[in-house]
Amino acid sequence: MNIAELFPKLLDLTVFDYLRSVWGNAPWVEVVLDIIAILTVSTFALLLVFLLGWTERKVLARMQDRIGPNRVGGRFGQLQMVADVVKMMTKEMIIPAGADRIAYFAAPILSLMTSLLLFAVLPFAPGLIGVDLNVGVFYVLSISSVSVVALLLAGWGSNNKYALLGAFRSVAQLVSYEVPMILSILVPILLARSMSTVGLVEAQPIPFFFYAPLSAVIFFVASLAETGRSPFDLLEAESEIIAGFHTEYTGMVFGLFMAAEYIGIIFMSALFVTAYWSGYRLFGLENVVLNGLQLGRILGFLVIAGKTAVVFFLFMWIRATLPRFRIDQLLNFGWKFLVPLSIVLIFVVVILDKVLVEVGLVGGSNEVVRMGIHLVSNLLIGWATIEILRRRAKTARQDYEAEAAARDAARVTAPAHAD
Amino acid sequence: MDQILLDYLPIAVLIGIGIFFAVLLPSLSVSLGPKPPKDRNLAPYESGMVAIGEAQRRLPVKFYRIAVLFILFDVDIILLVPWAVAFRKLGVYGLVAMLIFMVMFILGDAWVWKKGVLEWE
Repeated sequence: MNIAELFPKLLDLTVFDYLRSVWGNAPWVEVVLDIIAILTVSTFALLLVFLLGWTERKVLARMQDRIGPNRVGGRFGQLQMVADVVKMMTKEMIIPAGADRIAYFAAPILSLMTSLLLFAVLPFAPGLIGVDLNVGVFYVLSISSVSVVALLLAGWGSNNKYALLGAFRSVAQLVSYEVPMILSILVPILLARSMSTVGLVEAQPIPFFFYAPLSAVIFFVASLAETGRSPFDLLEAESEIIAGFHTEYTGMVFGLFMAAEYIGIIFMSALFVTAYWSGYRLFGLENVVLNGLQLGRILGFLVIAGKTAVVFFLFMWIRATLPRFRIDQLLNFGWKFLVPLSIVLIFVVVILDKVLVEVGLVGGSNEVVRMGIHLVSNLLIGWATIEILRRRAKTARQDYEAEAAARDAARVTAPAHAD
Repeated sequence: MDQILLDYLPIAVLIGIGIFFAVLLPSLSVSLGPKPPKDRNLAPYESGMVAIGEAQRRLPVKFYRIAVLFILFDVDIILLVPWAVAFRKLGVYGLVAMLIFMVMFILGDAWVWKKGVLEWE
């Protein structure tokens, strides 16, 4: 089979059938095919780190009125990340005195492994997915909570006070924002009635963002916190705790943490796109067939890549714009604002959806009506939330001003000791 | 083998790939990197000072409170996820039952809030 024949076969995925016909139908063939699929996905994820690292440095530099990388590999510094990796490889490897060796080395391995594992359930195009688990979102949530353990191991294992403090702070942050994250992604699951990531995409002729913008915003904020991005970058608040949990890591072991961070960020953006912006779907582009050539697969991949790039750009933009939260503000924001709000949201969505199903406003042309009702309810909740916050801020400000006025009055009436 | 276990086979392969990369890259670093004398530079980093005391020490209880709170909430939420998939089939009974459960959830949240568990300091 030459290249010209292979290409369409690759696109309509009959290449797998071809391999089956060549190799026969033994059980090991399925295993080999699985391994091929998963190797493709993980290689793709690891290569993405190079691209994203460079993009982020370049974009951040532009936002801060700098030029950024401009020497290695051409005028835009395209090979900067390759140079970085080579540099990290040739660095001295240090195991700090008194470190718990098992915990010290298990942490980066666990960290990279969990972020790679997430990519297994990400649908890149119709039929193009590492493994379509029927509990996809559940799988994502459980895997991403394992990464918390990696942080704790790193902090505990490296026998450094900054590392330990950083690890505890990060764990407090990550577990706090996991609650609103799960609660907000419950809304797309409710609307799609499916936990599989492919099921989520298939259920979105209209993106779920237009059903539940509030839930999307909560999920976005929580995913910023989950990946430890600014303004929630307490994990490595360099002005307070050196580098947080990876203070004692050098060379490529530190590189593993960095790779895991980038893979995590790109996965979170892609998950946001999959759950709220209909993943690889865009006006039926994903189903385009030209002369029997399934171009839709390429187009679908380009669509999800483009959408993910937009979300990733938002991540960078926020990092360049917002200052860091204080830890008590961060936890208050999570527990006292995001969690109650997302619970209220689930209440409303569930009851509305039940009523709409009873009335029969589901599917077909009724879908737009259903979307509109959900959208209006979301906007109402959002408006009410902002109104409550505004009133509380107003009373707080009035209290503060009254206090200040009383203080000033006391100062005026006090006997003037200048005489 | 069960079909349901075969579904998870790629995941197992991916775990293997993850461990492979995560071991390969640092071992490259070990073999390529310089090996200067290892006496002082193994000391834990404490802004250039000689480290005082053990690093693996006791920490404020507030971190523990957050962790316990998370476990409680997480167990509650995990029950919500399968219900979210099936709630249309469960009918009005399923809806009302879960709403009662969620009211208890909110009451728990309010109690925790009032008790000041969420106060940092």
